[in-house]
Amino acid sequence: MTFWTYRRRDNLVGYLFVAPALLGSLAFVLIPLALVGWYSLNEWNVLGGTFEFIGAENYERLLSDEKLRESLVATTWFAAGLVVLNLSLALLLAVLLNQKLRGTTVFRTLFFSPVLVSLVAWTLVWQLMLQPEGSVNGLLGVVGVDGPNWLRTESAAMVAVIVVQVIKNVGLNMVLFLAALQGVPAPLYEAAKIDGAGAWTRFRRITIPLISPTILLTSIITIVGSLQVFAQIAVLTQGGPGTSTTVLIYYLYQQAFQFHHFGYGATISVLLFVIVAALTLLQWRMRRKWVLHES
Amino acid sequence: MSRLTALILAGLLALTACSGSSAQSGPKSLRMTVWTANEAHLKLLNEIASEYKASHPDVTEIKFDSIPADGYTTTLTTQIAGGNAPDLAWILEESAPDFVASGALAPIRGKVEKVDELVPSATKLWQKDGELYAYPFSTSPFGLFVNTSLVKDVPANWTWDQAIAAAAASGKGLVLPDFKYQNWAVLSAIWRGWGANAWSEDGRSCGFASAEMKDAMSFIHKAIFTDKAIPGPGTTVDFFAGNAAMAISQISRAGALKDAKFTWTLVPLPSGPKGDYAVIGQAGVGVMKRSKNAEAAADFLGFFTNEANSAKLAQFFPPVRSSLLNAETLAKSNPLIKPEQLQSVVVEGISKGVVKPSHQGQEELNQTIRAALDPLWKADADVDSVLDGVCAKIKPLLERK
Repeated sequence: MTFWTYRRRDNLVGYLFVAPALLGSLAFVLIPLALVGWYSLNEWNVLGGTFEFIGAENYERLLSDEKLRESLVATTWFAAGLVVLNLSLALLLAVLLNQKLRGTTVFRTLFFSPVLVSLVAWTLVWQLMLQPEGSVNGLLGVVGVDGPNWLRTESAAMVAVIVVQVIKNVGLNMVLFLAALQGVPAPLYEAAKIDGAGAWTRFRRITIPLISPTILLTSIITIVGSLQVFAQIAVLTQGGPGTSTTVLIYYLYQQAFQFHHFGYGATISVLLFVIVAALTLLQWRMRRKWVLHES
Repeated sequence: MSRLTALILAGLLALTACSGSSAQSGPKSLRMTVWTANEAHLKLLNEIASEYKASHPDVTEIKFDSIPADGYTTTLTTQIAGGNAPDLAWILEESAPDFVASGALAPIRGKVEKVDELVPSATKLWQKDGELYAYPFSTSPFGLFVNTSLVKDVPANWTWDQAIAAAAASGKGLVLPDFKYQNWAVLSAIWRGWGANAWSEDGRSCGFASAEMKDAMSFIHKAIFTDKAIPGPGTTVDFFAGNAAMAISQISRAGALKDAKFTWTLVPLPSGPKGDYAVIGQAGVGVMKRSKNAEAAADFLGFFTNEANSAKLAQFFPPVRSSLLNAETLAKSNPLIKPEQLQSVVVEGISKGVVKPSHQGQEELNQTIRAALDPLWKADADVDSVLDGVCAKIKPLLERK
């Protein structure tokens, strides 16, 4: 009986093949993840070089932190606004660009191109356009609207960061929806037409159910993405005015990297992880209810 | 799963094993983080470094690592947190209390040449228990730059009322380039004229709700929204490109006016209701205590800041040595500024100036005050209640140990 049986050798080869990827995710995903959990149980003074175990103290602080509550409210507004606007606009554009008309390719390219632009460059240009005397208010002035000081007024600042983010990324969801729309068999529409269904009924009864797996996918991606928006906030508003656009991840950055509370920052990132995981799980569970072929 | 756990533990052990530190002997290489990327600055720094290396063969490399000023402290602390701390670092005045109190810096008093000739008002921020923890290599007073193509008549002793009236009349206004309605500490260059302070001397009680502060802030609010003498929030106006009539800025910015297409002058800050005053911004350079080469780094710092090199650095960074702090020495290296301006703005500014507000936990205070002051930057703001609100927000931060 030799140790290197055929089966064992086979396994070894398999492990060797996955080893590079496994080591990569171990070094860059799993270990950092475990470390964040560990840091969250400590008070870490970076400058003084002290690292002290304080148990659940940081987690208790989460409960009494008023700024955290403000930031959760801002995050909810941001995520809700972004998801609703992004998905409905993406679907609308996809339906419009799915028509067999001249020039749709040009528009598809146009709407997708912001996805390819560097995020910070995109945001900096918008920052200029959103100045009180900038081009956005200039355009609004043409139609007789007196635009607000976008980035310095509380409600307007939130709208501004949402819109900047939506226009940046709507093309990606649009392309996914387009692909899904083109996968809907044409005979279904013909049959519905013969049965007397109008355009809206056909959209509601045929299109929506058949592209529902894509709706699920895009909504998960968009919600998770909305919780991770950072550069736009850092460039456009730095969390202001007041704390109106201090979303969770920006608050995390402030605590850890600006205020040097690395332990508490790690605790907030554990909270963010839990929120993202819970939302994803929730949507995944709900797919049985509304995604076709899943029930 | 247990195999996975073992792997993670092994990884952790490997990580911690790498971060141990011990004094290093043999060839040493030093790294200093700086926030300038200006070629002339770096050329001078490298010249000083080469000279040092020539007499110290054990130091093989001195590298100046430019980190953008925007987010400098954040980048520096992230490097420290990541176990990649530099050997020496420039430190902004607003981070001074945090760095000095934390014990991150090595004592350097013994390494500084003629330490007694350093101007006391300039070293105050960098000391703890009689020991010096960073050398204030740049002490730069705020002054009022005036575009004389736009404002013809500039009296030597302006009051704030006159200056704001002139700014409004010019139609171009007065700017505070670093303020951006965020970096509120820059406003101290105005409110000190009213005798206002962000907080008390011991840093324990809030000064925003004081009568002086309310008067000063009402003045600033009126200058922005009623007199239209200061461009409002969200607009960017560049003095150095000739788009504003005046700017409150540090004299180290005069270099930006080398190729100016307009004529300009520099005068001391106008006087306020409490008379003449001066405000200075500062930068220190310190040695990281945990550096493997802390000893060599401190030795280089001593050389970097000795009398001869301070004189060379003076062309960019106003010196704090009393032997160098005179208009003649400064004039040699500051051809753009006239000797009488150097005397009134720089020499007198440094000796009688108050450093911009700084406190332990400055960044958290910065953000909290920034957020609490935001409602002030509207035409219909109630100045008094906004300022009371600032104190309500920062009280717990100031009282924290």
